[in-house]
Amino acid sequence: MTCREARLLVSTYQDGELDPVQAVAVESHARDCAACAALLEGHIRLSAAVAAAPYYPASAALRQRLAHRPAPLWRRPAPWLALAASVAVALLAVVKLAPAPIESEIVQAHLRSMRAQRLVDVPASGPHAVRPWLAGKLDFALNVADISGRGFVLVGGRVDSLNGRTVAALVYRRGTHVVNVFVWPAANQPDQPPASAASDGFNIVNWRSDGMTWWAVSDLDRSELERLPLCPCFLPPHDALRG
Amino acid sequence: MKRTNRPARFDAIFLPHLDAAHNLARWLVGNHQDAEDAVQDSFVRALTYFDSFHGDDGRAWLLAIVRHTCFERLRRRYRQVEMPVEDLNLARDTGPSPEALQLQNADRLSVQRGLEALPAEFREVLVLREMEGLSYKQIAQVAEVPIGTVMSRLARARQRLAEALTAASRKETA
Repeated sequence: MTCREARLLVSTYQDGELDPVQAVAVESHARDCAACAALLEGHIRLSAAVAAAPYYPASAALRQRLAHRPAPLWRRPAPWLALAASVAVALLAVVKLAPAPIESEIVQAHLRSMRAQRLVDVPASGPHAVRPWLAGKLDFALNVADISGRGFVLVGGRVDSLNGRTVAALVYRRGTHVVNVFVWPAANQPDQPPASAASDGFNIVNWRSDGMTWWAVSDLDRSELERLPLCPCFLPPHDALRG
Repeated sequence: MKRTNRPARFDAIFLPHLDAAHNLARWLVGNHQDAEDAVQDSFVRALTYFDSFHGDDGRAWLLAIVRHTCFERLRRRYRQVEMPVEDLNLARDTGPSPEALQLQNADRLSVQRGLEALPAEFREVLVLREMEGLSYKQIAQVAEVPIGTVMSRLARARQRLAEALTAASRKETA
């Protein structure tokens, strides 16, 4: 690969959107070319700078206006509809109290982790730092797989809560995409191969192995998320995860 | 029965993306009041067209509406026909200059100013990519352009921003 080609592809490479063959070509070029390596470094810094620019969440007032008014009445609230409105609000409240499906719980937990500046409790210098920390916080033991070098970087771990249960959350990054992997004991249920689902624009992969239930969630494309090399069923036999 | 569940289903799909909607609107229209109005308009529209939402990507669907609403407002504000950025006289295949992208730690305020100074089409791809973490495919859906255009807009947006930041830091040190 020439510098000219590399310079055109660096932006896409850094977004994790190059196909694997080209990505490898960019990487190997950057290893041998100081100028292109510096360019890549510059892109990473620029991304971080933009990600650190002000984020403008919706105000509480706007959220209130949109959430607590029955949707059909947004346009033109008429006085005679007030009674119907309050009934509708009551109905809405009942609907919302029903237990949310697990998929939407997973997505909510994923969103929470990224909004609250609390992505990880323990940053990863390697799985060896995360495992003992989690072991001290959980009532179950968990193997933390080292899958760096296979497109996913372990960012760290977190203790989270899902449907009232304490769960482990492993956080991986692919490009700028965050992957949350929620894990808890499977209570003697048999292993189960990965199944994909989508919820609210996020992709979810769920499987059971090693006596654990695993839920991976991300805004990554489904095909990419399915390549998350965590589930033993994705791996060639020699590539054991226990480390 | 279906009618009763409709608002709840709508809320469940779109309210989780309210912050993303507002952030995009705020960066596009540039001030708090217009952003809130645009988001509220967008939710009304989303509701109007809710029956045509069959996809599973509620976020991209909502953000496409927000984007559309914001560009409408911008057009009204400036009363001019928008020129597609691809027509601007930009070097097509040179890629970013390495010097421009070797910027040091740019401070937050210059980044904010640099972003605000970009054309809206460049600003939006950066916001969607770096702040919301959308994939190229999702950005293409929101901006209603092909993925190749997303790619080139992102590259040019970064080049321009890097140049603006380099210029700003030179001014500072001068």
